[in-house]
Amino acid sequence: MKGRLWLSVLAAALIIAGGYAALFIAPDERTMHQLQRVFYVHVPIWAAMFSALTIAFIADIGWLWTRKLHWDWLAVSAVEVGVVSCTAGLATGMLWGRPAWGIWWTWDAKLTSAFVLWLLYVSYLLLRGLLEDPQRRATLSAVFGIFAFLDAPLVYSANRLFRTQHPAPVIFGGPNSKLDPTMAKALVLCIIAFVVMMAVILRDRVRLERMRHELEELREESEMQTAAAEVPVRGESK
Amino acid sequence: MTAARAATILLRKELRLEFRRRELLTTTIVFGLIVVVLFSFALNPTPEESRRYGPGLLWIAFLFAGSLMLNPSFAREQANDTLDALRMAPISSFAVLLGKMAANFVFLALAEVILVPAFAVLYNVSLARIAGRLILVLALGTGGIVIAGTVFSAISAHARMRELLLPLLLLPVLAPLLIAAVEATALLLTPEPSFGGSWLTILIAFDVVFFTASWLLADFLTEE
Repeated sequence: MKGRLWLSVLAAALIIAGGYAALFIAPDERTMHQLQRVFYVHVPIWAAMFSALTIAFIADIGWLWTRKLHWDWLAVSAVEVGVVSCTAGLATGMLWGRPAWGIWWTWDAKLTSAFVLWLLYVSYLLLRGLLEDPQRRATLSAVFGIFAFLDAPLVYSANRLFRTQHPAPVIFGGPNSKLDPTMAKALVLCIIAFVVMMAVILRDRVRLERMRHELEELREESEMQTAAAEVPVRGESK
Repeated sequence: MTAARAATILLRKELRLEFRRRELLTTTIVFGLIVVVLFSFALNPTPEESRRYGPGLLWIAFLFAGSLMLNPSFAREQANDTLDALRMAPISSFAVLLGKMAANFVFLALAEVILVPAFAVLYNVSLARIAGRLILVLALGTGGIVIAGTVFSAISAHARMRELLLPLLLLPVLAPLLIAAVEATALLLTPEPSFGGSWLTILIAFDVVFFTASWLLADFLTEE
């Protein structure tokens, strides 16, 4: 429990420091001015999402390899955190796109890939909801999770090729070509802050999954006990 | 028994089962035709427009038809309790998967043999000049649909609402395949047909990545 406290304090400190750096220390952007500052939230959210989905991929392999249920808890938790990050990433992108591009959405390579990724992992969560047996749910969703993760680079490369051949109405012109060193430092700080925050949430989500599992086991045990109580046999009190 | 031989025997079993009643093939073909016809209502295309929208319409029809057709692949074994027999047979689980993939490939390819000429006639697109190259694109795209679809059919067979679940799992994964197949087909339908090298690379990459992954993960799909 102590680790959780320290991790949370660290995350809070990093978020405050990162927020201060992004809002007050980082210089003003030439064309977009204050609007550009959403960048310090938007990019770190994607970094957190990629870390979460990579953790999910490793956890999928971990479950198939070791058959230890805690890998499955980690996998589903990481995917949930990843989907929430993906939603937040899409939302912050839209909030920026509306004033910067004049439109909420464009079928640009990055946007489209992110959307497909979101659909893939939402399908993963739906699949889990429709599988009953815990062992089988863990195995089959792990296989699907691995396929989804392998699909991601293909989605991106196909989309990039697609959109560069058909120029989109708005070209993705984020401030990425040459970053001011102070901006870069603020961005790195924000990325670390968001990844640590993701780790805090992930840790709690895994704990919730473990408690859910324990509750399920206790329930089964008590059902067995009531069944045993109906036929009282000495020494069989499992 | 080698995996190839076991897969061949399974393929023969699947084909015999299907050609006895032909229900899977006929429903898939009729479904594909319905999609092709409905599109003409939705878009009302001129000849130029059908060249533009045609490849997309054709591949959407294949994707939808495939996601419906692949469902019984494992669900039927599940319903007839024959999955346990396959599991207990002294063959590798990859051989089971491979046999199913081959059978599904044959079924979807046969459906395309009907659907592609029907599309060409209905939308006034000439395919004679590009037949060879088109067949290659169709084979690579169909391969990808079938590889991912057979694996996901094995996954969704154990779930509730499996008929609804399979397209949900399959279609987003097939997004890169759809883009590459549509673009490669579109390049062939232009007045000066060309071979979209980079699109074929993506199709091949998709097939290779997913085939390798299903080979590595086959044991987990059929376990009890």
